[in-house]
Formats: sequence, C-alpha cells, structure tokens
Amino acid sequence: MSASHALVTASTFSDSVSKLSQVIAAVVVFFAALLLIFFLAGRATGRFQRPLTIAIFVGPAIVLLVIGLVVPSFRTLYLSLHGASYGHAPYVGFKNFRFAFTDPATQSVLLNTLLWIIVAPLVATGLGLTIAIVVDRMKHQSLVKSLIFMPMAISFVGASIIWKYVYDYKQSSQPQDGLLSQVVILLGWKHPPNWLLTHPLNNFLLMVILVWIEVGFAMVVLSAAIKAVPDEIIEAARVDGAHGFGLFSKIQIPMIRATLVVVLTTIMIATLKIFDIVQTTTGGNFGTNVLANDMYQNAFVTDNIGLGAALALILFIGVLPLVGYNVVQLKRERANR
Amino acid sequence: MSAETVEVKRVPSTGAAAAKDIRTAFSSKWASIFIIAFTVVWTVPTVGLLVTSLRPAKYVANSGWWTVVEHPHFTLSNYNTVLFGKGATTAIFPYVVNSIAITIPATLITLAIATMAAYGLAWVKFKGSDTVFFIIFALQVVPLQMSLIPLLRFYNLGVHIGKVPIFPALHLGGKYYPVWVSHTMFGLPLAVFLLHNFISQLPEDMMEAARVDGANHFRIFRQIVLPLSTPAIAAFAIFQFLWVWNDLLVALTFAGGTPKVLPLTGRLEQLVGQYGANWQLLTAGAFIALIIPLIVFFALQRYFVRGLLAGSVKG
Repeated sequence: MSASHALVTASTFSDSVSKLSQVIAAVVVFFAALLLIFFLAGRATGRFQRPLTIAIFVGPAIVLLVIGLVVPSFRTLYLSLHGASYGHAPYVGFKNFRFAFTDPATQSVLLNTLLWIIVAPLVATGLGLTIAIVVDRMKHQSLVKSLIFMPMAISFVGASIIWKYVYDYKQSSQPQDGLLSQVVILLGWKHPPNWLLTHPLNNFLLMVILVWIEVGFAMVVLSAAIKAVPDEIIEAARVDGAHGFGLFSKIQIPMIRATLVVVLTTIMIATLKIFDIVQTTTGGNFGTNVLANDMYQNAFVTDNIGLGAALALILFIGVLPLVGYNVVQLKRERANR
Repeated sequence: MSAETVEVKRVPSTGAAAAKDIRTAFSSKWASIFIIAFTVVWTVPTVGLLVTSLRPAKYVANSGWWTVVEHPHFTLSNYNTVLFGKGATTAIFPYVVNSIAITIPATLITLAIATMAAYGLAWVKFKGSDTVFFIIFALQVVPLQMSLIPLLRFYNLGVHIGKVPIFPALHLGGKYYPVWVSHTMFGLPLAVFLLHNFISQLPEDMMEAARVDGANHFRIFRQIVLPLSTPAIAAFAIFQFLWVWNDLLVALTFAGGTPKVLPLTGRLEQLVGQYGANWQLLTAGAFIALIIPLIVFFALQRYFVRGLLAGSVKG
C-alpha cells in the first residue's frame, strides 16, 4: 500500500467516524427529546391533559403522513394536468395522459408493464405454492426453505447484478463467463444471442429476477396457510372419500384461496412499482422499459414533470384495485371478529 | 399407493396424516428431485457472485467462474480495491458508511413514531380514532412515486403562495435528514398497521389496572406496552431495516445529487455502467451490499417470517 493510498484511507476513515458520530448524536437527541416530552406532558393536568396526550402520540405520524403522502398526492394530480416545467406550467387538461396512451414509446412501456404484472406474479405464486406443498416431505426442509427464501433479503440492485452476470454475453468463439450462455452451449445451442439486447426475450429474463426474489415470499406465506387449515375439515373430507390430489385441489386450495389471492396481489403491487431491476440491468433500453422506470426518467432525468406526474397517477390507478381488495378483506375480517 | 391410502384412512386424522395424503398426490422421488434441482438453480447465481468476487482479475477476464473447480485461484484484493481503491471515484467504503447512516435512524425513527401512533389509536380512544386508523391503513395504496416530485420540491424550495413563503426552503442538499424523513413517511402506513394489530390485542385488564394505580398514558406506554410489544417491534424493525438498506428509488431521489449521502445501492447502480467488464470488482461490491442484510436475515429469520405473515395473512 503506497503512502498516498494510506493517506486517502486514513482521511476516509476519519470522515466516516465523524459522519457516524453525527448520526448517533441525531438519534440520541431525537429519543432524548421524546423522553423529555413524555416527562413534561405526563405532568400536565386538567382539561388539556387528554388532547395533549392524543397530540403527542398520534400527532407526529399524522403530520408526517400529511406532508409526505396526502398533500404530495394531490399536488401530483395537479401537476399531471399541467405542462412540463414545475412552477408556472400552463394547464393542459388530459394532454399528458393522451400522450402516454398514444406515444409509441410510452405505449410499449405500458404494454411491458402489463406483461410484467400478468406473468411475474402468476409464475412466482405458482412456483411458491408448488414448493410449499412439496417441500414438506424433505429431510432438510428448513435448509431448503432458507435457501429459496434467501433472495428476499437481497436488494433488487444486488439481485440485478447477480443475474446480469448470469446473462453476460461473450462471442461464442471466446470462453464464456455468463452461466446462461455456457449452459445453452453445452445443450447444443452453438451461438447464443446477447441475451439482454434480444427483444422481447429480455423482458422475460428481467422478470426471472423478480420471480427469483418473490418465490420465497409466496412459499413462506402459503406454507403457513396450508398448515393452518383445521384438521377437522381435512378429516371430514377424508371420511367423504377425498384423498391425494382431489383432497388438495378440492379442499386445501379453496381453504387457502384468500391467502393465495393476497399473495398474488401483493406481488402484483411490487411488480407494478418495479424500478430497480430495469434501472440497473438495461436502464430501460432495448425495449425493456416499464412504468415506474419511465416515471422516474421523465420526472428526474428529462424533467418533463407533467408527464412524470401523469405516469405516477397511472401507476396509482393500477395499484388501487389491488390494494382496495386487500382493504375489503381486512374490513371483512374485522367485522367477523 | 392405494394400500398406503387405506392405511392412512384407518389412523385418526391429524395434520401430519393430511400432509402425508397430499404427498401421495405427487410421486415422492420426482418431487425430491424437483426440489433439489430448484434449490440448486435458486442458489447457484449467488454462489457465482461470491466466487467471482474472490478470483483474480486476469482469470475473471477470460474464464467462467465455474472453472475454479479445475483452477482454484483466490484473492481478497478485489475487496481491498473496491472498498478503499484509489481516490473517491472507485472506493465504495464511504457509501457503505452512508448506507449505515441512512438505515439506522430511518428504522429507529419510524419505529418510535409508529409505535406511539399505534398505541394512541388503540388505547387513547378518541372521536374518529378508528377513522384515522383506516385512513393510515388505506394510505398503503399510495405508491411512493406519487410523492416523489412534490416532496423533493418541498425540501428544496419550501412552500410559497404566490411569492409569500409559507414554509422556508430547508437547503438540505448533502444532508441525511431528507432521506430519513422520507423513509419514515413512506414506512409509516405499514408500520402503524402492523403494530396496531398487535398493540390493540394486549390484555385490557392490565391497562385498566395500571390506570387505576394512577399511571398516565405515557407511563403505561413505556412500562407496559413497549416491553410487551417487543416481538412485533422486532419483526417490523427487520422489515424496515431491509427495506431501507435495499432501497434504490428513495435514495436516488433524495440523496442522488451528491456522493456525500448516496447509499451503497445507488453507488452500485452507477458502477454497473462504470466498471463495465470488471466483474470481479462489481461482484465484490455487490457482495458487500448483500452480506449485511443476509446476516440480519439468517440471524433473525424467525422474527422476519413472523412480520411477513402478520403483514399479509393476518389472523
């Protein structure tokens, strides 16, 4: 290690230490302030006591949500009906939306997004269900489950780098370093394509990354749901002569249908918001762009605020029925309680 | 197979017997092979990443990582280069620090504010508290994309009506605060929902007894609710930790302008373009980003799964 290198490292370290100590100080101040407020408010008496208590407990959350989600959402709605720049853009009505649905590039973005939310969640949920059922018999069940679940802890960026390497392309005359190319060459496909540049195949290859992450989620949740089906129901069905696949498809699947739909909608919501995978692997090029990525590009790269806001709104309208379904489920559950 | 089924029918039915019955629906041998193959396919890409990050550059450039079986050459120098490399352009160590500096406060602050709100809504019942809870829950509908543009403008420019400033510009470029606060805002709906589910189920008698003893809400919260809610808080803490550590979109939007605060995910996304074919460096960087969530995940898997189940198939 050269002297200048050592110097750089030393200054990096001291910089890091000072950054982290500032962060720790900020956290300590936050919690100390909280304790102080608790102490002071605890001494309050009389008719201010109750409103003060409510304000301290619920107030911060409400203020943050109003500033962070409620007001910006209305602001985005407003911006989507206005021109490209932020401050003084003229009112343009539904022009941004018309553009989104008629511009060929944006049309293909919407089509890709539709493809994503149909294919990826179904494949992930289907695989997760299959594994949840089959893995029960395994000897090293928990090891297998952990390994399949592991990608859940990996960031989309990390996962994208992992898979970008799997999809790496080298001319077929050279030694390969991409696993996929190597495998198909061994299987007899002498000249595999440059995977991530091949449309429309590249869309599905990117979906594999999402499926890779979400299968573990589907497996864990569905496996718990299957185990929670009451024994009496299984027994009754068995007395009636159901067994094997019949028992599985006629009794178990309907019993976990609600969970199945929740898993599916949850993955669909994640899919609609997918941004990191496309951004990291292709940057949205080669016909792989999706809604969330296009929104980011328009809002923060090309600074077409109006269109960016309109795309965010389209995303919101897409998510709405899915989450709406989950809200109805919750209300029904509360009513039953 | 039929003999086995008959056998099963005679035994008193239990969950285990039912599970066994399903198993007969799939041929046991093929199922095992399927699972093993699946697990291998699921694990191999990550193994490839780890192996590549440990190989010397000259080997990575002209052979696949699987050739280590024949030519095992390993080195840690990729990690040294990628962490501390020459100057600020390649070294990712400062970004690791940024990730830590963003994740820890963003997790702790979210937890504190959400736990307080959950208790307030569940036990300091007031007119409209149920409505407030449902609105917070319903806010999960709003994709954070809906907030990004206006929220960034708010941090940078403040609020004006005409030319009259209502709220000053905060000039927070190069600071962690906007990232912390944004993560807190976006994490709150799910956090309040999960913690409310747990806290509202705490025994009423205990709260009543404490109140009769003269404890106010602040004391009940600190001395009864917090200790009893530790499992739920731990479950959500892991959730939020992984979410913030792995996030790219919020990081790029609110910390994208400056390397002073950009976390590791944002840096890696840039490096994918910069490092080009230097896979040994990119994989080493990616592995550094993976290892912390993986440790958290394997150490606290039980809590994590519990949080996940509570979040999606409650009840």
